[in-house]
Amino acid sequence: MAPFTTVSPHASTSVDAALKLMTLKVMISSRTLESKLSSLYKAGKIVGGVYLGTGQEAFSASLGCCLDQELDIFAPLIRDQAGRTGFGEPLIEATRTYLGSVLGPMRGRDGNIHRGRPAQRRPAMISHLGTSVSLVAGMLMARRMRGELKGVVGATCVGDGATSTGAFHEGLNLVAVEKLPMVILVADNQFAYSTPRERQFACEKLIDRAKGYGVAGSEVDATSLTACLEVISGAVQAARAGEGPQLVVGKLLRLCGHGEHDDASYVAKRLRESNLGKDCLEVGIQEVLDEGLVSEREINEWKREAAERVQEAVAAAQKDPTPDPYQEDWKAVSEEGMQ
Amino acid sequence: MSVTYIDAIHQAQLDLLKERDDVFLYGQDIGSFGGAFKATQGLQERFPDRVLDSPISEDAMVGMAMGAALSGMRPIVEMQFADFSSIAFNQIVNHAGTHFYRTGVPVPITVRLPCGGTPGSGPFHSQMVETLYAHYPGIIVATPATVSDAYHLLKQAAVLDDPVVFCEHKFLYRWLKTEAIEAEPLPLGLARIARPGKHATVVTYSAMVHEAVRAADRMADEGWEIEVVDLRSVKPLDTDTVIASVARTGRLLALGEAFPWGGVSAEIVSRVVAEGFHLLDAPPMRLNAKDTPIPYHPDLWAAHRPTPESIIEKLRELLNL
Repeated sequence: MAPFTTVSPHASTSVDAALKLMTLKVMISSRTLESKLSSLYKAGKIVGGVYLGTGQEAFSASLGCCLDQELDIFAPLIRDQAGRTGFGEPLIEATRTYLGSVLGPMRGRDGNIHRGRPAQRRPAMISHLGTSVSLVAGMLMARRMRGELKGVVGATCVGDGATSTGAFHEGLNLVAVEKLPMVILVADNQFAYSTPRERQFACEKLIDRAKGYGVAGSEVDATSLTACLEVISGAVQAARAGEGPQLVVGKLLRLCGHGEHDDASYVAKRLRESNLGKDCLEVGIQEVLDEGLVSEREINEWKREAAERVQEAVAAAQKDPTPDPYQEDWKAVSEEGMQ
Repeated sequence: MSVTYIDAIHQAQLDLLKERDDVFLYGQDIGSFGGAFKATQGLQERFPDRVLDSPISEDAMVGMAMGAALSGMRPIVEMQFADFSSIAFNQIVNHAGTHFYRTGVPVPITVRLPCGGTPGSGPFHSQMVETLYAHYPGIIVATPATVSDAYHLLKQAAVLDDPVVFCEHKFLYRWLKTEAIEAEPLPLGLARIARPGKHATVVTYSAMVHEAVRAADRMADEGWEIEVVDLRSVKPLDTDTVIASVARTGRLLALGEAFPWGGVSAEIVSRVVAEGFHLLDAPPMRLNAKDTPIPYHPDLWAAHRPTPESIIEKLRELLNL
């Protein structure tokens, strides 16, 4: 169950085949894991909620796979299982957190997508949207103050809903003022929970805001793996090369509910059948098949391997001990006598 | 040469910048301008890379500090006024305050809050906010009342591994002076007896310590010996020192400049009643500011917060019970 390793994080703008195949593999892994998590939730094995990134895997995985796992910072959000896997988070961290294992990074103290390992440059998100933008900015500024910023990129993801928050605005403005090497992905997935984008903002295109903030901006058809990798690898390289913050808006449709408790019946059939509603995993597979990079047989083999790895990660986490309220230290601060 | 409360805060930041490479200061107008209250005067000149002006973005200021803290730095954020920390509330209580419990990784940030009233400052530049932050788990709340504590508690706060909300009182900035900062600091977490007595205990913190001592001094003329406990930090709250004082006097007045609903004074009464009911010779009392926004006019402002006169009135009531 070794995590995925980055393929050529410093590659040239033209997306090489190895990176594309690795990203597709990550997408397959993510879809497989999330499908299993949904089943576990519906079977009552996971409490609280399950939040999926169905339809957003190409966008998210492209970022995770373009970052340098040894150097960069990645603060994912709710729909970034693919990005997390692409950035090297082992699957067992997802299953342990969802199942409340004490051996997971959150030890049953927080659950589902609220997980991370800050020491490995993977901050643990909170539910309040937009807060990670300034957090990553601070992680980059600490490196700048110590003279260790060269070559480092910080990245975070939000959705179109998060762009309405004060935290997002304050954070992105700060990132722009400090000219930080940061990539901010906005998954414009048409709905924030059930609220359509026309009730969320009034500008024609979210990417128009890039100019207002004074950052570079690009928009991408996020249903296409090829397009996502081209645009996002370009943004990561530009940030790494010292060209300042990069805002990337991905146009897509969330192909699931807000969480698995939500049937997303508010999404119009017309929208689901539009180009935005294409499944990026199917598109991505077709793209690599058309390019002759891999055979259908190999892809089926990847799916089988992914199912095996997911099964292993679930089985292992299910055997783990769960927290014992009588053994819990109930400490909210690290210093003795300060509570 | 005397040292003021604001001098002590300036000196603590200067010494921290000199002693530690991981400390940096972040806030609005704190660079070449030296801060709205001059707490960082001249510091950017000496440490240009570690004294940084921020945009007017309290949420992002604390988010940035937290990220830097997770990357090995020890930021000190200056809120221009404590009142504006409401914009950073989410980052302080939900992001920084939950982090150690959730991840096991502490967040060593210090957020300086110039708090409390001064004449003419009005509803949005006068508030006491210690109760809000003390309510949430994962945050230490320091409330220095003296020049020496302003220096030492800030220095201690910056090297603690957890988030500290440092409530410094603006009314004390230039008025409160001492000859020299005490060499032997009391650790953060311990209260001190600001004035010994035996007939009643006033438990308070921050600027109200001085109002309580004034009230006690006046009552001494009538033969009453009032003990004043200075909490120094409201979280942790040194219940032992409070209970020990009540054990000596049998009477308690919990005093604060904050709004009256809930809060630190209510917490003190609650703890004393729960843990030291048998020590009380009279029902414990509370005195706080009034339950309205803080008024602008100096006459209204002076009557809104507890004064030596209103403290004396309350103490007389307590002593007659």
